[in-house]
Amino acid sequence: MEQLIAKLKNEIIEVLNLSEMAPNDIDENAPLFVEGLGLDSIDALELIVLLEKNYGLKLGTAEEGKKVLRSVRSMAEFITENKKG
Amino acid sequence: MMEHTSIIHDYCLIRDHQVIRGDQVLYTGDKSMPPASFFTEIYRHFGMNYPKFYKMDNLCKLGFLAAEILLKDKNLQQSYAPYATGIILYNASSSLDTDRNHQNSITDRTAYYPSPSVFVYTLANIVIGEICIRHKLYGESTFFIEREFDAERLYTYVQQLLDDNLVESCITGWIELDGDRYDGVLYLVEKSPSVTNGIVNFEPGKLTEIYSRRS
Repeated sequence: MEQLIAKLKNEIIEVLNLSEMAPNDIDENAPLFVEGLGLDSIDALELIVLLEKNYGLKLGTAEEGKKVLRSVRSMAEFITENKKG
Repeated sequence: MMEHTSIIHDYCLIRDHQVIRGDQVLYTGDKSMPPASFFTEIYRHFGMNYPKFYKMDNLCKLGFLAAEILLKDKNLQQSYAPYATGIILYNASSSLDTDRNHQNSITDRTAYYPSPSVFVYTLANIVIGEICIRHKLYGESTFFIEREFDAERLYTYVQQLLDDNLVESCITGWIELDGDRYDGVLYLVEKSPSVTNGIVNFEPGKLTEIYSRRS
């Protein structure tokens, strides 16, 4: 899990162009939106694309999206539970 | 003698790896740098703190930086009501640079992952939105696509906005970018000058003179 969290942090920095941030600057338990990284709706779409492109996972509903995209840890838990193979 | 009701309060040029405001060259970058790196250098050199800058496409970065430098030490929000400052911009290549990036991301049907954060910049007028958000401006705004800089047309349109009392001040100019080519020239035009030093009349000849300037 910790390895996946570290990988996710790097991927998030890359796809969201958070050039001034290092993986250690991201608290895996902090909310990704509004507080924490202060991401917006476009960033949410980008994270959904990331899950699909890099992990082959699709979010089923908006409610599931809110739960999964709450933090880096919740994203990692979703990937661990659902990744095929 | 012709009377002028508007002035060019200030102007900023970002071109040839230089940043110029008024009569001063404020920063010169390494000419071998691609635009994206040069823009990041400018952002850091002037100590700007606006993390969303990194998410912008290159056209928006150019416009954003030119506006930041143009409006440095000026407080438009204090001088004018939010709806009293307009933004009228022009360029030749629209958002073609980002349009191509987007096109590349959707060309391969087996790896079809268009990026939302790229797609949102596939309109030239997004640069106006970025500047308005940053400086809390709500006035008249339009982005025109022209083959080349046309001082007469720019003057006529902006002066009309001022004459019709739709705006009291206006950020206007040429924000052009395509690949490694870029050229940013912004003017701050005001109807009621709050300064008396270094002002020049707002007229096509002066716009051309400034636009043609190379350090």
